[in-house]
Amino acid sequence: MKYLHLVWSALLRRKTRTLFTLLSLTAAFLLLGLLQAMNSLVAGSADFLGADRLITQARISFTQPLPMRMLPQVESVPGVTRVAHSQFFGGVYQDQRQGFPQFVVGPQRLLDVYPEWILPEEQRLAFVSTADGAIVGARLAERFGWKLGDIVPLTSFIWTRADGSRNWEWRIVGIFEGRDDEWRDRAQLMYLNYAQFDEARSPGARGLAGIFIVQVADPGMAEEVAAAVDARFENSPDETKTQAEAEFQLGFLRQFGDIGFIMNAISGAVFFTILILTGFTMSQAVRERIPELAVLKCLGFTDRAVLWLVLAEALLLCALGALAGMLLASAVTGALPPDFPPLRTDLRVWAFAGVSVLALAAAVGLPPALRAMRLRIVDALAGR
Amino acid sequence: MAVDGAAAVPAPLVRIRGVTKAYVRGKQRIEVLHGIDLDIPDGDFVALMGPSGSGKTTLLNLIGGLDSPSAGELTVAGERIDALSGEALAHWRAETVGFIFQSYNLMPVLSAQRNVELPLLLTAFGAGERRRRARLALALVGLDDRAGHKPSELSGGQQQRVAIARALVSDPRILICDEPTGDLDRKTADEVLTLLQLLNRRFGKTIVMVTHDPKAADYAARTVHLDKGSLVDAPAAGH
Ligand SMILES: Nc1ncnc2c1ncn2[C@@H]1O[C@H](COP(=O)(O)OP(=O)(O)OP(=O)(O)O)[C@@H](O)[C@H]1O
Ligand SMILES: [Mg+2]
Repeated sequence: MKYLHLVWSALLRRKTRTLFTLLSLTAAFLLLGLLQAMNSLVAGSADFLGADRLITQARISFTQPLPMRMLPQVESVPGVTRVAHSQFFGGVYQDQRQGFPQFVVGPQRLLDVYPEWILPEEQRLAFVSTADGAIVGARLAERFGWKLGDIVPLTSFIWTRADGSRNWEWRIVGIFEGRDDEWRDRAQLMYLNYAQFDEARSPGARGLAGIFIVQVADPGMAEEVAAAVDARFENSPDETKTQAEAEFQLGFLRQFGDIGFIMNAISGAVFFTILILTGFTMSQAVRERIPELAVLKCLGFTDRAVLWLVLAEALLLCALGALAGMLLASAVTGALPPDFPPLRTDLRVWAFAGVSVLALAAAVGLPPALRAMRLRIVDALAGR
Repeated sequence: MAVDGAAAVPAPLVRIRGVTKAYVRGKQRIEVLHGIDLDIPDGDFVALMGPSGSGKTTLLNLIGGLDSPSAGELTVAGERIDALSGEALAHWRAETVGFIFQSYNLMPVLSAQRNVELPLLLTAFGAGERRRRARLALALVGLDDRAGHKPSELSGGQQQRVAIARALVSDPRILICDEPTGDLDRKTADEVLTLLQLLNRRFGKTIVMVTHDPKAADYAARTVHLDKGSLVDAPAAGH
């Protein structure tokens, strides 16, 4: 560590250039941190989902609703304990920007397969028995200031009523909370009672359930149960695709394009740009210090020591810029308003930044470091 | 083994035998030094003179272990340095040689103190000891009041004295100086040369100094002339 001031002073040699390089690194790592936080959100969003839940959807597409009459048949597949159904409602509240998901469900069945949601007993009863009843997640209720008994008008872009109108009204009869931090964070959705929905929608659409949420007795047997469900409906008009809930979630996100791929592609472009820029700075910094490096060798610094000095300089530069960028990214994700997705620069993002710094330092430091190592003293001193 | 009572005479600090240096440029081989023989006893102060391009710097670099000869034997401070590898040579330089250049070659971003400490980074001394020794070396060259100054805040003569302090600080046996006063005016040059003479006489440092200036050579104990890669009037070994 006694060499630190030597490395440090090399960076201070051209303060403006170092400052600009640091600023670019900071900006790049701010961007990388945010992109990877998004990536992490997408990748991690399904991690926590219960391993004992499967989703059965129409084989063609999950947007194709399955009929309700299939439910008892799914329920009778060996290894299945309970089945719930859910239909994406696609409602818009007030204006487009206030987006939150709503699902039309059979109340009791839904609460049975999602023990993660906590709801007071009298509210559960109210949800089951109120045809136009809805329950909302605690964070959602907080966000809009909803209380029990409030009427929430929603305009569905998918479902029309028998009278042709797209406007639906739902009565809040319950506010549910998540069982732990993870689920409390996700208590931002709304469940609607299937009773009003099925009765009021256009007759041709009646009897459609959406997808089925299948609870299995033994998570270890989930794959076999999924295969058995799909086998049951093979060659029927409603062929199914059954997969783990986590898989289903990822598939849902992927329909907006492979977000992970896009994030990584942008990250790659940012990384490449900063690589070129920092690489130029480093090679420049070493080139103009050739005589000084030769003097160090004169004094008895070995070729290897000089190599490490230059590498350390690249590492210090990249690490400082990256640290500043990541701290900014953390500050930004920490200060996001509550209606943003819960972005976080978690351990995975920091690890990504760490690996990036090492790769970057090696890529931009190694060429000038090797040049410094191979430097012949007598040539360098004579300016050759 | 003793011949003509030579056993009584201590081995010279620098012993050069048949040293040749050639550079290969493309297909061309240019011999710059032709079979040099030279002894420099411990405690000597040698001025190396000769026309430009005669090979003075080349010879000096060989003695200082900055470069290796193409042929011949080169023994300095008991070590056959023509046989040392790059890494071993670097360690040997750190222990044995101090370098003083015409253009000072100080690190521009480091203070005088930090510049002088540089060679001590390669030793086992702790930070406190390094600082103390650097201070001492700066005091010896009369610059202890300038320890915190950057090279750009010092005059040429002062910079050269910092360079001398840096060359001295690890207590080397031999000082290698390539035109140390080449960039200095007469008065400043005399100060620097007086300092070198003091280091030679009082501290017993062996000095090999390349110079174009006959007045500078007068400070040395003897002068050796090099012309077109050969020594002209140097007393050959054993004379
Ligand atoms: N790396 C090299 N490649 C090719 N030729 C070289 C190299 N180094 C030195 N020479 C040649 O060797 C000869 C001697 O060079 P050297 O630097 O030793 O001369 P010098 O006596 O110190 O001259 P000056 O008084 O100008 O400093 C010159 O002709 C020079 O061009
Ligand atoms: Mg020369």
